[in-house]
Amino acid sequence: MIKQRLISALTIAVLVIAGGLAAAQQAGSVKSLRGAPVDEFVPVDKIYKQDEKRFVRNYRQQPPLIPHAIDRYQIDLSANQCLACHDWSNAGDRDAPTLSMTHYLDRDGNQLDAVSGTRWFCNQCHVPQADAPALVDNVFVPSQ
Amino acid sequence: MSDQDANKGFIGRVWRFVNSPSGVFSLGFLLIVGFVTGVLFWGGFNWAVEATNTESFCISCHEMEDNVYAEYQGTVHQNNSSGVRAVCSDCHVPKDWGPKMIRKIQASKELYGKFITRSISTPEKFEERRIILASREWKRMKKSDSKECRNCHSFEYMDFTQQENRAADNHQVALDQGKTCIDCHQGIAHKLPAGYLEAYEDVVADLTADGFLPPPKGYATASSYGDLKTYLGSK
Repeated sequence: MIKQRLISALTIAVLVIAGGLAAAQQAGSVKSLRGAPVDEFVPVDKIYKQDEKRFVRNYRQQPPLIPHAIDRYQIDLSANQCLACHDWSNAGDRDAPTLSMTHYLDRDGNQLDAVSGTRWFCNQCHVPQADAPALVDNVFVPSQ
Repeated sequence: MSDQDANKGFIGRVWRFVNSPSGVFSLGFLLIVGFVTGVLFWGGFNWAVEATNTESFCISCHEMEDNVYAEYQGTVHQNNSSGVRAVCSDCHVPKDWGPKMIRKIQASKELYGKFITRSISTPEKFEERRIILASREWKRMKKSDSKECRNCHSFEYMDFTQQENRAADNHQVALDQGKTCIDCHQGIAHKLPAGYLEAYEDVVADLTADGFLPPPKGYATASSYGDLKTYLGSK
């Protein structure tokens, strides 16, 4: 009787220890939601709306697409808010692409300091990019 | 008594009335009545000031309703996903009592413009003066570190990771360089006049010259040829 009890007690003890060891081992390999040790830098995912990357031109003469929203920008007779970053005088400070130098030529080919009046309305040629299916069939063929 | 009064002018008689102790009312009565009247007057005063802070009061002038209020329609502070709105006074009248009173007193000049000089009574006149009016507001904002913007928007609680990259990057730059909201966000609620960027630079230059702003941190400039020589010699 005593022997039996001793055997069951030993069995239970072995099982408990084995189970504990297994649990301890598993605890070591548990993956946190963070996916990395606490002292490791985990970069935050970038938030992209429209500016994930600049779309490449579909043909050589295509006006580059705008990789950001422009719906609240004022472009009218008195002001052009695009130029607050993209004019040559601000582009460096604002880390923005400068207008092409062709946009500083008037219709007679004279160099100007400010953007030419013929190039004032940016969104006549440049539009925000969108990764969306075409609304209508496009049969455009660029000049070769 | 009456001889003395007869000798004095109106001010003297009023002073005498105010200065002499009351022989009729008890001190307690005077204190309580004074307290209650004080509460009523102070409450009434604040109520009246708040009444002049409402949108409906602001646009009771056609100058405001036809120009700036019309432009404000559809901007993000008037119409947005959450329905939280900033009305005229939220941006244009300081919240603190002292600056608010100063702004309200300055507004009497606007009444003068409205009724006497009629300086912005037509859209054309308004358009002509827009750059002056806008510069004035930019100056006030720049001077107070865009206090009225920061009543709601604060860098401390701004989650850059939820912003579009372009915005987050530029807000970090603004934080690092100690820029203020109005440095970039002009014309968010109203139309911008021609030459607005230059006008804003003038505002900043004026404030720097007047000592309201620290001189811009930039390249050291040489004031004489000697400076250049010593600089080059030291390298």
